[in-house]
Amino acid sequence: MNIIRLASVVPHALSIQHDAASEVWRQDVCFEKGKTYLIEAGSGKGKTTLCSYILGFRNDYKGRILFDKEEVCHYGVKRWIEVRRSHVSMLFQELRLFPELTALENVQIKNNLTAFKTEAQIAVFFDRLGIGDKKDAKISRMSCGQQQRVAMIRALVQPFDFIVVDEPISHLDDDNAVQMNRMLMEEARKQGAGIIVTSVGKHVDMNYDKIFKL
Amino acid sequence: MNLVWKLLRHHISVSNFVGFSLANLVGMCIVLLSFQFYKDVMPLFTGDDALLKTNGIVVSKRVGMGSTLSGRTNGFTASEVDDLRARPFARRVGLFTPANYMAEARMSFNGAEILGTELFFESIPDEFVDMDRKTWRYAPGEAEVPIILPRSYITMYNFGFAQGRALPRLSDGLMGMVTLDITLRGNGHQGRFKGRVVKFSNRMTAILVPQAFMDWSNAHFAPDGDREPTRLVMEIENPGSETVVKYFDKHGYEVENNQLETEKHTYFLKTTVGVVMVVGGIISVLSFYILMLSIYLLVQKNATKLQNLLLIGYSPARVARPYQVLTIVLNGAVLMVAWCVLFFLRLDYMEFIETFFPDWRGGTMMPSILLGAVLLIAVSICNIWVIRQKIMKIWKNKE
Repeated sequence: MNIIRLASVVPHALSIQHDAASEVWRQDVCFEKGKTYLIEAGSGKGKTTLCSYILGFRNDYKGRILFDKEEVCHYGVKRWIEVRRSHVSMLFQELRLFPELTALENVQIKNNLTAFKTEAQIAVFFDRLGIGDKKDAKISRMSCGQQQRVAMIRALVQPFDFIVVDEPISHLDDDNAVQMNRMLMEEARKQGAGIIVTSVGKHVDMNYDKIFKL
Repeated sequence: MNLVWKLLRHHISVSNFVGFSLANLVGMCIVLLSFQFYKDVMPLFTGDDALLKTNGIVVSKRVGMGSTLSGRTNGFTASEVDDLRARPFARRVGLFTPANYMAEARMSFNGAEILGTELFFESIPDEFVDMDRKTWRYAPGEAEVPIILPRSYITMYNFGFAQGRALPRLSDGLMGMVTLDITLRGNGHQGRFKGRVVKFSNRMTAILVPQAFMDWSNAHFAPDGDREPTRLVMEIENPGSETVVKYFDKHGYEVENNQLETEKHTYFLKTTVGVVMVVGGIISVLSFYILMLSIYLLVQKNATKLQNLLLIGYSPARVARPYQVLTIVLNGAVLMVAWCVLFFLRLDYMEFIETFFPDWRGGTMMPSILLGAVLLIAVSICNIWVIRQKIMKIWKNKE
């Protein structure tokens, strides 16, 4: 997958408002593989909603979303599974971790599916993000910042053409934010993938190819 | 341990599943036991006779002193037969054809002559004889004729005749060794035939030959001797019905060997077993409902986890599998236990039955094993489908 295109997309909930200021809603927007994008917006402007559309989790919108030249509204279960496993990775704002499992198991449950990273590579991720000693801790016993890092590792243990990170550093201090930023860039470069970052204010410091105001 | 299972087994309510298993076990045992019992006991009623199909009876006119003295015939007229055929309870009506010629037979066993007597042959339409068509046939000109003898003849011979004269006793197994040298006379002809006994019948008080032989021999040895049939063979809808009894009483017909009673018992047995099976079925359906409710509840409680698994790339089929396997394992375990329970209960009642019917060799557990397997497959398919639908609702973000 090389291009994600939003053609006049607007959520049903926003379709009656005429907010001409948005550079995404009702516009023709293209995200290209290999480039880095930032989508900035205040709360309630629909950042997470946009992420849900790209992952095929919601479809309550007007307009068209296209992966390359294919409209996603025609995708069935099998295609979406393929998209989620091999083309689009996501770091969810609400993290969507499993509190019953340990940090390592939360990553393994994804890696078991993709078989993309070795145990050793995963251990390096944990060490680099400063949670190497927390691998066997239950998620429910970890702080928000630590959980955010586990979620980031989980997002990286799969092949992807685009990685969508929804407010990735909201709970991190500057040092950890820089470390996570570096890891994200490295992995994306390795795969030649595009990065789409959403932010409500505090955002990852990167060389963005384009910044959108939602 | 499989991580998905580790995640999804949370909120499994052991008490719910124990409740389901017990209810399902009771239902399954009732269904299988009644079915197996029916299969085991039914042959006692229908007999291993294979002669008349179930619900088959032989009807004749009551012989009273009046008719004997007046010389009035006991035969059925064509209109009486037609009237009987028109009854709603009559599925099929066939006529007995009597032989109109003299027949003499010498019975020998293993080469030794044991009995010589005059015989009276009859035949019924072949469709009423539930036997292999290759065995029960005759083509004009052949010297060998298959014969069905009433079992009472053998009893009479075994206990009256053979014992007194130190002759060998006959049993079903030795049936093939009995031969009859038959001589037929009439119309200036004489013919010799070999009779081959193919069956001893409990339910028929006639010496039966194939219809083809009867038609040919009557035409050959007694071309002018057409007589009204004195007996009818009938297949009836519901032997327990009062209409049948009333109709027969009104017209002075009687049913041989108390067959109507036997048929009634068979009918009641079938009805009782049917009712018991329905009760067992209802319990099973209710237990299925409990299982589905438990699974629904489990899926509901784990909805967020299931949704997260789907969002990180798990397919609905993969996510549904743990619950599907769980239900299949539960259903399978219940069936195994039900089979074991059935095995021991069956041992018990079979012993009881064998006390009363020492000669009777019971069947196998195959009917209930097959029924159980069919039920397991059917219920499991339903479970798999329902769980899949539930997961698809989560996929579509409708839960």
